[in-house]
Amino acid sequence: MTIGLNDYLFLSVLLFAIGFLGVLLRKNTLVIYMCLELMLVASTLALVAFSRFNGTLDGNVFVFFILTVAAAEVAVGLAIIVALFRRRQTVQVDELNALKN
Amino acid sequence: MAALLFYLFAAITLGTAILVVVSKNAVNSAMFFLLSLMGTASLFVLLDAFLLAVLLVLVYAGAVVALFLFIIMLLDMHGGDRKPFKRTTMVASAFAAILLGLGVLGFVQRAQLTSAPVGAEVVAVGATLKGYAAQLFTTYLLPVQIVGFLLLIAMLGVIVLSKRFEGLEDVK
Repeated sequence: MTIGLNDYLFLSVLLFAIGFLGVLLRKNTLVIYMCLELMLVASTLALVAFSRFNGTLDGNVFVFFILTVAAAEVAVGLAIIVALFRRRQTVQVDELNALKN
Repeated sequence: MAALLFYLFAAITLGTAILVVVSKNAVNSAMFFLLSLMGTASLFVLLDAFLLAVLLVLVYAGAVVALFLFIIMLLDMHGGDRKPFKRTTMVASAFAAILLGLGVLGFVQRAQLTSAPVGAEVVAVGATLKGYAAQLFTTYLLPVQIVGFLLLIAMLGVIVLSKRFEGLEDVK
């Protein structure tokens, strides 16, 4: 039995859903950010699978750019989290309720 | 053989991804995230995208996870262990995730995918480094320049965010 495009897409959807579950479920900002990265990786997996089974290079080049942007994004996001921690002394989202009331 | 490897790597990727979500300590989450990335890199190898597999290990597993661990240790979170989930939160988020998964899955299953049928031989263009070079320096030359500029802007942004400005009134 050979593995086709649909198997990879199924795996990618599952990984994306797990990342989404983590974003909704967890309270720690750092773990939420990790789960966001998991969702990003799931989408890159789908792109590479599409590219492989269509015999084109465009999806792979697109994933190349996604990796670059993700590296920049992680650096900026973690700097924001550190700035947040300096000000509020916490990274738990349920304690960050400045806009409540 | 390839099918067996696919199932093995898929199991590693998904299992460790679930452990990222449920593990009690943030450091454990980061470690399982690393394992999940390694599983994904192995799947990239199965898809003949060797360069992307290496880049995923270098950029994500090398730089990003190290940065995460560094920040976790820098912040030294008091009571870093998470509290147990509330039942309503758990049910609601599981429901939302299942709904999202089913929605995307239904879209994928019913879409008219015009790729080659299962088992057909498609030449693996992602395997050659030469192809990347030809694409990146001709068709995608402008995006490469823009991404380079984006990295510069990100670097400046991180410096501004991390710097303490003494004389300035902080934004409340």
